[in-house]
Amino acid sequence: MDTQIKDAPPPSPQPTVAEQKRAARGATRPGDRIFLGLSRGSGILLLVIMAAIAVFLTYRASIAISKDEANFFTAFEWNTQLIPPKFGIAVLAFGTIVSSIIAMALAVPIAVAIALFLTHYAPRRLRGPIAYVIDLLAAVPSIVYGLWGALILVPHMNGLYGWLDDYFGWTGIFSWQQGAPRSMLTVGILLAIMILPIITNVSREVFRQVPQMHEEAALALGATRWEVIRMAVIPFGRSGVISASMLGLGRALGETMAVATVLSPSFDIQASLLDPGGGTFAQNIASKFGEASELGRDALIASGLVLFVITLLVNGAARMIIARRKEYSGANA
Amino acid sequence: MSTAATVSTLKGARLPKWSPYAIAAGSVALGVGISFAADLHSSIQWALIAGLLFVLGTYGIAARVEGRRQAKDRVATSLVWVAFLLAVVPLVSLVWSTVARGVKVLDFYFLTHSMGLVSDDEPGGGIYHAILGSLEQVALATLIAAPIGVLTAIYLVEYGRGRLAKAVTFFVDVMTGIPSIVAGLFILSIMLMFDMEPFGFAGSLALAILMMPVVVRSTEEMLKLVPNELREASLALGIPKWRTILKVVIPTSIGGITTGIMLAVARIAGETAPVLLLVWGNSLINANPFEGAQQSLPLYIYQQYANSAGAGAAYDRAWAASLTLIAFVMILNLVARGIARWKAPKTGR
Amino acid sequence: MAKRIDVSGLTAYYGSHKAIEDISMTVEPRSVTAFIGPSGCGKSTFLRTLNRMHEVTSGGRVEGKVLLDDEDLYGQGIDPVSVRREVGMVFQRPNPFPTMSIFDNVAAGLRLNGSYKKSELTDIVEKSLKGANLWNEVKDRLNKPGSGLSGGQQQRLCIARAIAVEPKVLLMDEPCSALDPISTLAIEDLIGELKERFTIVIVTHNMQQAARVSDRTAFFNLAAVGQPGKLIEIDETERIFSNPSVQATEDYISGRFG
Repeated sequence: MDTQIKDAPPPSPQPTVAEQKRAARGATRPGDRIFLGLSRGSGILLLVIMAAIAVFLTYRASIAISKDEANFFTAFEWNTQLIPPKFGIAVLAFGTIVSSIIAMALAVPIAVAIALFLTHYAPRRLRGPIAYVIDLLAAVPSIVYGLWGALILVPHMNGLYGWLDDYFGWTGIFSWQQGAPRSMLTVGILLAIMILPIITNVSREVFRQVPQMHEEAALALGATRWEVIRMAVIPFGRSGVISASMLGLGRALGETMAVATVLSPSFDIQASLLDPGGGTFAQNIASKFGEASELGRDALIASGLVLFVITLLVNGAARMIIARRKEYSGANA
Repeated sequence: MSTAATVSTLKGARLPKWSPYAIAAGSVALGVGISFAADLHSSIQWALIAGLLFVLGTYGIAARVEGRRQAKDRVATSLVWVAFLLAVVPLVSLVWSTVARGVKVLDFYFLTHSMGLVSDDEPGGGIYHAILGSLEQVALATLIAAPIGVLTAIYLVEYGRGRLAKAVTFFVDVMTGIPSIVAGLFILSIMLMFDMEPFGFAGSLALAILMMPVVVRSTEEMLKLVPNELREASLALGIPKWRTILKVVIPTSIGGITTGIMLAVARIAGETAPVLLLVWGNSLINANPFEGAQQSLPLYIYQQYANSAGAGAAYDRAWAASLTLIAFVMILNLVARGIARWKAPKTGR
Repeated sequence: MAKRIDVSGLTAYYGSHKAIEDISMTVEPRSVTAFIGPSGCGKSTFLRTLNRMHEVTSGGRVEGKVLLDDEDLYGQGIDPVSVRREVGMVFQRPNPFPTMSIFDNVAAGLRLNGSYKKSELTDIVEKSLKGANLWNEVKDRLNKPGSGLSGGQQQRLCIARAIAVEPKVLLMDEPCSALDPISTLAIEDLIGELKERFTIVIVTHNMQQAARVSDRTAFFNLAAVGQPGKLIEIDETERIFSNPSVQATEDYISGRFG
């Protein structure tokens, strides 16, 4: 910094270094003070909003839970109009986790494969355009995915469901009682399609950052393309892919409209993934909100608080992995 | 391995160049054949069978002719291609069905009329009220979120040191992950406190919460791209820091900042959940975002789908509204990326 | 084990750009051949055509012949993967796999080429590390990551990794340009030992280095920027540095350009 100042052409009133430093801290002039105040204020406002979200949700949730005659975490019912009211989130937690697991199990391998396709397999002149299209697909609103899922995907699932029932029905989780395929499996598949673009994009970035020299090292040892990927690309990108998946998981957990349009909900747990029923936190809020009384809304807010905490944990974990990866790659530079 | 040096060690038996295509064609033919024979109707099954046959066939043939390592390489290649095609199918279907079904009722009348006097299951009506509501809500959200987001990013990049900056950075990350419905619930809990009825601006507040972290992140990235030499040169001329930021740093990165804000707008324009909770929906035109229920485009799609009990006319309207929404979002995206390319700082590395 | 290389009429392109034109030369087995010449003269490109690494870069293609003991690397039915197994390479910047231990780095090439017993693997790794003069420095920390070594050690680790698969030819692309003088000396000594077993081709910017380590030296030059690089002459190193037959070589060596 000092050398830069010396090198610069001398301005007419030469500022001293001390003045420079004070200016850099932004505390000398009214303009600086106002500007710093505004920008720091914005940052603080963001923190206040986050705190307010936690406080308000917790407050309303505590009102609801104090009136709840059932165990909020384990009850299998949602009857806020009953006297006394009984409701619990067990079904929602189950459904949210199951649909997200299905989505991750389908989306992560395919997204990683597409990312590899875009960085290592696709003809070079197609890579840019395909990546661009995937970027755009990430921007398609979730309600459109929901509409497509409900009106196009659901009717197409019948064949697959019958098939799964025929061959894997004996496992229990793939048995099917010929109901409309508006079940957790379809929800999971739709969520997988929705989070595919974001996981692909982040993974592609990670794979693109693999230094050329590591790949060349593997090639020069006589590795096939797949062996290059296994030796140099995947180990380097592993943590990046994990955090990309976590970001996708965060999306899947909180997705509302796509689940609300596709799932045919019920407040119980289905043994089979193919039978309609169950629910997720976000879907339950959207579907129950219309008819909810004041207590009903507070109860929904309470379930939203749980969702909030879960997504915070997932996203926090993803960020920590990314942060650790930065240190790691820094040490190697 | 290489001791049998008299024989060529460089040559490996190779499958001809056309073999992947041949195997692909064979598997598709066989897949369709099996599906016919077994009387399978779903195209999903056909595709899965063909894909499976392709991968297995590739491995079998390559392992026999070229050896195990080459076979693995070919399987990886075929799997990657199959994954890509598998993913393309639904995404193409999504775009295709939205366009094909959306154009049915999408016309000038549809864009300029509301749903007043039209019940959900009969044809007619339009999305004027929804477009109006969406534009107002999104514009208000942007007016709140863009300045706060940009200022926060300026704080983080230009001033931010110490514990406060660290906390802000962390919570911006956390905020990015908030599900949209939770943002809606937060505003809702405030509204419950003051016994308020749904209105458009409440939705804007929730959308602003979702938008802020996106703006902060993208603006931060852009400000970091401004080379430090520029700042130092300006400071060394005795220009105060705040003027340096306003006259040097921001103009240099304005293209990228605009792009980031537009992408954030595109993202919140498609949000449904908070609007459902806070704005409620309305079949009539309500131009005042500060009083009374309003409509919004994504919410309109949901309600046409959910409240119509399967009426074809409502589905048509839902598709047409989806097409409008996608077109809006895509145009924003394309323009934003155009600006990013056009205004990219010449000094950037 | 070491093999002879016979290049005739080799031209290499990057897309439509001709990088090197019509190069012919012979590299004797168990010798060190150095390539020198100004930047951009195509010596690295030429080196990379010798194990078909050139075609890895986008738009890279080659015309002409490269015979490895009478077998054309660019002939019909030749598998580039097998070529690279026979013709190993060491790069400008040391590039051990960052996520692998020292042991795994050396064993990486072996594990590709079939199954070895643990004890066999250990033997070969030890032999290769000894061959690269690195064994004494790392024998107590074989399970530590290779990226923890110094630059010179990393480069010797890369050499150990390359010789572990017993290639016939070893290509080195400015292997010392990122290293300090002491590490450079260690590598140069090593090259002298390795030529007993391998055919070695080394690209270098450092003329003293070429003079110190090589038996024969090839001088590359280009007419102008954007023109393809050409082989000006190849001869015994002593002759090239004392009495070259082409004026341009003399100019370059005596520092009149480049």
